[in-house]
Amino acid sequence: MSQDTCIARLEGVHKRYGAVTALDGINLTIHRGELLALLGPNGAGKTTSISLLLGLHRADQGTVSLFGKDPQDIEARRRIGVMLQSANLPPTLKVRELIRVTASYYPNPRSVAECATIAGITDLLDRRYVALSGGQQRRVQFAMALAGNPELLFLDEPTVGLDLSARQALWASIRSLVASGSSVVLTTHYLEEAEALADRVCVIARGRVISEGTVDALRAHVSVRRIRCLTSVPAETIAAWPEVDTASQQQGHMVIATQHAEAVVRRLLAIDADLAELEVQRAGLAEAFTEITRDSEAANAAQEAA
Amino acid sequence: MNIIESTATPVMSTGQVFNAYVQEARAEVLRYLRLPGFLLPTMLFPSVFYLMFGIILAHQNSPDGARFLLASYGTFGVMAPGLFGFGVSLAIDREHGLLTLKRALPMPPGAYLVGKMCMALMMASVVTTLMLCLARFGGGVQLSAGQAATFFVTEVLGVLAFCSLGLLLGTLAKGQSAPGLVNLVYLPMAFLSGLWFPLSVMPKFIQAIAPLWPAYHLDQLALSAIGMGQGGEWIHVVALAAFTAGFLTLAARRLARHG
Repeated sequence: MSQDTCIARLEGVHKRYGAVTALDGINLTIHRGELLALLGPNGAGKTTSISLLLGLHRADQGTVSLFGKDPQDIEARRRIGVMLQSANLPPTLKVRELIRVTASYYPNPRSVAECATIAGITDLLDRRYVALSGGQQRRVQFAMALAGNPELLFLDEPTVGLDLSARQALWASIRSLVASGSSVVLTTHYLEEAEALADRVCVIARGRVISEGTVDALRAHVSVRRIRCLTSVPAETIAAWPEVDTASQQQGHMVIATQHAEAVVRRLLAIDADLAELEVQRAGLAEAFTEITRDSEAANAAQEAA
Repeated sequence: MNIIESTATPVMSTGQVFNAYVQEARAEVLRYLRLPGFLLPTMLFPSVFYLMFGIILAHQNSPDGARFLLASYGTFGVMAPGLFGFGVSLAIDREHGLLTLKRALPMPPGAYLVGKMCMALMMASVVTTLMLCLARFGGGVQLSAGQAATFFVTEVLGVLAFCSLGLLLGTLAKGQSAPGLVNLVYLPMAFLSGLWFPLSVMPKFIQAIAPLWPAYHLDQLALSAIGMGQGGEWIHVVALAAFTAGFLTLAARRLARHG
């Protein structure tokens, strides 16, 4: 993607909290119109990256820019919407009042009704915040994040603690926002969330981006494929083949992980004429993610040993 | 700098910025008006104390008792909305991440404090009005319209000194520990400033250190307002202003550092 569409970036940013290195020279760019997912284990530096881009903290080293300005400049922040992981809103205020006060901070806000429609909370507007369920509260926070009609939305773990249907409803709202031209930065540790929403995924570990690309590209990083079938060949036999990483019976099916799927399938078919329900799949984002973090940990360990 | 980054930033008109302040203040006031646990003690403590000690008991002792204690309990009454309204609510907002969210949002920088200040001024007006009514109709204290108005303005503006002290306390304590810390300042200061017992009956040492407490200076100004002052009002005004500015500076420095 060209430089011209960049609306926010971290460049060679270091940040320490006491003895803990939260960010270790991270580079990150956010482009207009995309949904970028920041993925990584807890403590990897996702939330620190976001809080630097929001101007909550200053980088020890490196450049942080938001619409070409310092994020601590209020004019830059008038173009963003924010949903934080851990914000308890005033319990006695009504949903309508919460959205209205947030909208008042912006030059071209959405109307309360419009926010409520997008977030799917039109029936909650006159309820007090404290009387809402966890899922409803998250949707209210989402409505507040889009109240300013922002060009860029920061959603920090937006669906933590939501049940499946609430999560999918929020995903649908996020997709419709991106379709209408907003950019979104999303942190999550749910892989299926990144898979469902993201145009681009950055995997962060130990304060750096260790992998970056589309969901497909990320998955292609991983050469492991998964073979599922019904076969009478015992798992121990298959596991002993040199091409096979692992093999086991799962819910009546044989599940084989291998980097040489074609060779394994050929061998299976040759010895078991009754083999059925054969499936070969590329690994999901979950496997890709595990593999990438493991690779980078191994590299790191090697580096430290050297 | 590239093209998109430098495209025109949307501009807030002065009217819109003003509206942000109004909305923030409105939300803050509504938030606490719906919280009887904050509202009732703040209003009832000083008025019940005044009714018991200032009107029922003091009436038998001296004719001027109710008048003298109007200043004491009036001052005691406006300390609470400032100290608790700022101290405890700031500590809770910090613990709950609300302050972090507001700092990330493009809220005009002063709106948060102005909102809380409006809340404290409003509560102080209510408490002061309540005390004036009790004094007039319960204690039979005769005040001219000018005296009542001066007393009202003095007490209501006096809350600002305690707002800034509360702000400082709110940056020192987090969440649940804040009410304790605030009480630790509130109650001893009320006592040491002579709000419960007149300073004249207190040990010399306590009399000597009374000018160290903002509440003492507000009490002296309130006494002057209702015709029982000992002069030197400007000293008390300067002292209060200095306390307010000092606490505010310290609090701002701590907030900038720790958020």
